[in-house]
Amino acid sequence: MNIVVLMKQVPDTESELAINDDATGIDSEDVKMAINPYDEFAIEEALLIKEKDGGGTVTLVSVGPDTVPEAIRVAYAMGVDHAVHVNDEIDEGVYGGADAFTSAKIIVAALKDIDYDLIIAGNRAVDGDNYQVPAHVAEMLGLPLVSAVVHQEISGDAITCKKLIEGGTATVRTSLPAIITAQKGLNEPRYPAFRAIMKAKKKDFDELELDDLGIDEKSVGAAGAFIKIRKLELAPARTGGRIIEGASPAEKAAALVKLLREERQVI
Amino acid sequence: MAQGVAVIAEYGNDGFRKISLEAVCEGKRLASELGQNLTAVVLGAEVAEGAAELAKYGADRIIVADDAQLKSFQAEPYANVLAAILQETEPSMVLMGATANGIELGARVAAKLQVGLANECTGFSLENGRLVATRPLYGGRVIAEVDIEGTPQMASVRPNMMKIEENEVPVEISRFAVDTGEVKVELLEENVVVSSKVELTEADYVISGGRGMNGDDFAILEELADLLGGAVGASRNAVDAGWRPHSDQVGQTGKVVSPKLYLACGISGAMQHTAGISTSNTIVAVNNDPDALIFRVADYCIVDDLFEVVPAITKEIRAIKG
Repeated sequence: MNIVVLMKQVPDTESELAINDDATGIDSEDVKMAINPYDEFAIEEALLIKEKDGGGTVTLVSVGPDTVPEAIRVAYAMGVDHAVHVNDEIDEGVYGGADAFTSAKIIVAALKDIDYDLIIAGNRAVDGDNYQVPAHVAEMLGLPLVSAVVHQEISGDAITCKKLIEGGTATVRTSLPAIITAQKGLNEPRYPAFRAIMKAKKKDFDELELDDLGIDEKSVGAAGAFIKIRKLELAPARTGGRIIEGASPAEKAAALVKLLREERQVI
Repeated sequence: MAQGVAVIAEYGNDGFRKISLEAVCEGKRLASELGQNLTAVVLGAEVAEGAAELAKYGADRIIVADDAQLKSFQAEPYANVLAAILQETEPSMVLMGATANGIELGARVAAKLQVGLANECTGFSLENGRLVATRPLYGGRVIAEVDIEGTPQMASVRPNMMKIEENEVPVEISRFAVDTGEVKVELLEENVVVSSKVELTEADYVISGGRGMNGDDFAILEELADLLGGAVGASRNAVDAGWRPHSDQVGQTGKVVSPKLYLACGISGAMQHTAGISTSNTIVAVNNDPDALIFRVADYCIVDDLFEVVPAITKEIRAIKG
C-alpha cells in the first residue's frame, strides 16, 4: 500500500502574527511555523496503515515557502519515507495569495510521478480555514473523497470509513485509490524519538519549483486564485480583564448576573 | 446572464436549522439591495411540505429536490444534485450555513463548478453587483476581506452572525427532478443522535468546562445551560481527558461558537481554545488561577472556585426567571 499525505505548514497556534505592509499577507518573518494539526493526524494514520500492512511507502507532498523543510524533518522523524516540497515562492518572499484551487493544481501536478493507492489530507488547515484542497484534488483526479474520517479499515481495494456528519457519524465504503481527510479523533499523533529526529536531519527530499512541474506562475498564487484577498487586518483585541469583586462566590455571582443583565443585556 | 441570490437551506428533524434561516435572511438582504429575487434550495426526502416556511423569511422562489435517495446527507449525490440546480437556475451568488454538512457540500460543488467559495463568513457587502465577504483567518486572529471569483460566487455563513427577520412574500415552489449522478462512495450506516438540545454552534448561551472540572461530572454546567436554553462545551483538555465527546470541543481543533454569552469554567484559555470563541458577544471566565490566560479575553472575570461560583450563578438566574 503506497500512501501520499498532503501536508501544509501553518503558523504555530501560539505564535504572534503581524500583517505585511500592503495588508494582503502575514509577515512570515519571526513566525514560528508548524505542521497543520489535522495533517499530523493524516501522517499518523498513514504510518499506522503502513505498519499494519507491513509494506509500501508513505510519501509526503507539501506546497509552500522556504520554511517547509523544517516540517518535513518532523514528518521524517515520525516515520515518513519520502517527501516532495514544491516551493511556490514566485518571487523572493512572494507566495501570498494562493488558495485551495491553486494549491490543488500544484499538488495534482506533483502527484503525476508518484504511485499511490490512498491520499490522506487534513480535514482543514487552521490558517486559511477554507476546507477545500481535498475536494479540488479529488475533482481534478476523479477520485472518491471521504471527508472528516475518524476511523478507517482497508480490505483489499476497498476502504470503509467512519466519518463525522452533522449530529453524528456515518459509515461509508469506497474503492481505492481514494482520498480521505483526517478529523480529530482518528488517532493520537506520535512524538518522534530523539534518535529519529537526529536521523531525519540527514534525509534527502525532493525540492521542486513550479517550472519543474510545468506550471505557469500566472495560473497559481493570487493571479490564479478563486478567493482573492483584498485586505487583512488583525482582529481587534478583546479588552478583557474586568474582575468581579465580592466577599464570597455568591456575591460575585450576583454582581456578575447584574452586569450581564444591565450592562450587556444578554440575560 | 446569471442573476439572483440562492440560499441552500438545511431541513432537519424539526424544521429548518437556525443557521439556514439566518442565511436566508442575509440572502434576502443582498437580493433586495440588488433588486433581484431570492431563491431557496432545499434538498432531502419528504421536505417539500415544510419548505414552504421559507417564504416567511423572504424567499421569492423555493426549489425542492425531494427524493428518497437524499434522505441521508451524503456529499456526492447532494453535490451532484445541487450543482445541476445551480447550473440550470444560474444565480449570481449562493449562500449556505457553515455547518459540518454545509462545508463538505460547498467544497464539492465549488470544485465541480470551478468557482470560489469563502467559508465561515461573518459579513457580506456588495460592490458593482458582486459579493465581497468578510471571514476570519488564523483562528479569528486575522480578519480578511475577500473577493470571490467565478459565477456563482459561493459563501458559507458562520452561525449566530446574521439577524433573523420575518418578511413574508408571495412564493413560487417548484420541484427539481433529482438525478444523483455517479456516486463513488456508498453509505452503509448512519448514526445521527436526535437531540432536543440546541446545537453548540447555534446556541445563544454556551457554558464550557476545562481541566478545572477535575473529571467528567459536568452536571453544574448542564444545569445552567438547560436553564438558559443553551449548550455545554468543552476545552481540548477536557475532551482529550475523555470527559466530553469531541463534538463538544470548542477551539481550533473543535467548533467555533459565537453565542451571546460564553462562560468558560476552569479553562486556562490557550490560543487553541480562544480561536473558537473570538466572535462571542460576551465572554465570562471563572477560574481560581488569577493568572489564567482566559482572563485576557474575558469581559468579566471571576477569580474563585468554579464549583461554588457556577451553582451561585444558576441560583441568581433562576431567581430572576422566577
